[in-house]
Amino acid sequence: MEKTAKVSRPFMDDLKHTAFLWRRSRLTMIGSVIIVIFLLIAAFAPLIAPYSPVEQNLSIKLQSPSWQHLFGTDQFGRDIFSRVITGSRTALWIIFLVSVISGSIGIIIGVTAGYFGGIVDEVLMRITDMFLAFPSLVLAMAFAAMLGPNLTNTIIAISIVSWTTYARLSRAEAIKVKSQPYIEAIRAAGGGNLRIMFLHVLPMCISPVLVQLTLRMGTIILTAASLGFLGLGVQPPTPEWGAMVSDGRNFLIDQWWISTFPGIFIAFVVLGFNLLGDGIRDMLDPRLRR
Amino acid sequence: MPDTLIKIENLKTYFPVKKSILSKKLFVRAVDDVTMEIPRGSTFAVVGESGSGKTTLARSVLRLIEPTSGKIFFDGSEILRLKGKDLLDVRRKMQIVFQDPYNSLHPRKLIKNIIGEGMKIHFKITENEIRDKISAVLKEVGLRDEHMFRYPHEFSGGQRQRIAFARAIVLKPKFIVLDEPTSALDVSVQAMVLKMLKDIRAQEDLTYMFITHNLSLVDYIADRVAVMYVGEVVEMGEKNTVFNHPSHPYTDLLMASNPIPDPKFQREKRLLKGEIPSSVNPPSGCRFHNRCPHADQKCASQAPEMREHAPGHFVRCHYPL
Repeated sequence: MEKTAKVSRPFMDDLKHTAFLWRRSRLTMIGSVIIVIFLLIAAFAPLIAPYSPVEQNLSIKLQSPSWQHLFGTDQFGRDIFSRVITGSRTALWIIFLVSVISGSIGIIIGVTAGYFGGIVDEVLMRITDMFLAFPSLVLAMAFAAMLGPNLTNTIIAISIVSWTTYARLSRAEAIKVKSQPYIEAIRAAGGGNLRIMFLHVLPMCISPVLVQLTLRMGTIILTAASLGFLGLGVQPPTPEWGAMVSDGRNFLIDQWWISTFPGIFIAFVVLGFNLLGDGIRDMLDPRLRR
Repeated sequence: MPDTLIKIENLKTYFPVKKSILSKKLFVRAVDDVTMEIPRGSTFAVVGESGSGKTTLARSVLRLIEPTSGKIFFDGSEILRLKGKDLLDVRRKMQIVFQDPYNSLHPRKLIKNIIGEGMKIHFKITENEIRDKISAVLKEVGLRDEHMFRYPHEFSGGQRQRIAFARAIVLKPKFIVLDEPTSALDVSVQAMVLKMLKDIRAQEDLTYMFITHNLSLVDYIADRVAVMYVGEVVEMGEKNTVFNHPSHPYTDLLMASNPIPDPKFQREKRLLKGEIPSSVNPPSGCRFHNRCPHADQKCASQAPEMREHAPGHFVRCHYPL
């Protein structure tokens, strides 16, 4: 959609225009800054964290925030600041893998359905509808419970519930692209269905899916945190924000810091991804681009 | 008669039209009972208005659209029956250049990959050999080596059409369908592209099927010509015969409406009235009778057969001119 209009312009001009739109939108900038900070924290987590995120020391349990322990300590005497910082890695890893897995499942199913059409399309899209019919968190919970709670299964469960959007998007794109003369030209040259689908139709479907992936990264963190909170996600002692919020639940009245700091981080990162995703969507909107 | 490369017999391509369940099944008769022969080494032009089925005919011949019935022979083999490797081989020998150069090249691929794709499918050759061949073919169509590493959007319409043509001839085909290859180009660029097409046909010993609605182009490039109207061929023959002695009233009126570049020239005003009828529900009898100045009762009730009016000159009319 936005790509056809983009392609006819020289690449450099286009990049400048994108930068201009980015600078004009303050919210997008804030989003980008939050995400960059998040990425930096994840990258340098071992350097930033002053203590081990998993080592227990019951003699200093449930201490309130101080200069020694910036965010305080939890019921096992672990430094919450270190755990929150290290937890960013878990979050990033989940986002990355879920995006790659659900993105690829979605794009392959979508392109196959859109390219072949007819009965193939019907079957694949009805399966997609079945997945869409359930609230995604409930479905993810069911899968996580079925597979057993750990990091890998969390990732699998979230991927299984989130590929549907990408399937629908890439199906629409594939339907549009498959009737273009440049695809017919490859068939005339003797190209088979698989070659046309994966080498020529699929690359055209990637950009709308990428935009949607960015928009959905906040949701992925929330789902992962929800699963963690319910005990269906990452298992202790691995630091995971949702599980940490859940840990502090019993102490919320007297030791508020255990749940609050991971909660704030979840809120900020989700906000950051949402602002950035909205910004990217607006930047690629052809009506906004002159 | 020189030997025949392409022979089409009673080719029909219908598309079903979805209507309500109660009404009977309707079809768009895009190509209806077309029979023609294309001699080796010639340029065969197909002319007609929009919606006359020219493009569908071309795509059916290449099996980009599966025809409903009929036979197509390429070099003696019936291509509608071919499968697998034989079909792939015929695909290589028949190529197509599309009308609109702005969407016939993949927008995300380098020119090198656009031209090289076919070779990767058909030949077992190395990356270097592919590059050499692309370099040679670019030169042949009047482009340069450095163009290999650019994207389609960096080229003008004429250059794109040259690239599309390079993609076709690099596979060493015998037959190329040119589907209005110049209608999207400026007149000045048209002339250059046409000259290139003509030169390369002579060099590479190619056969063209040239689809157009522009009679001046036919005059320039074609040897033989077929005029199509609502899915049927109404007149067919040597270009000079058809142009000098149009025998079907439709051809006659088409010729009369072709502009002549001379401001002083005053022509008799004979215009083609009305619009091309629907190919879902074509007129009874002769399909041209409701627009024809010479039509009578017989034309409205009885469909004329294709007849050899003069040797090699076929007309589908009860009263050829």
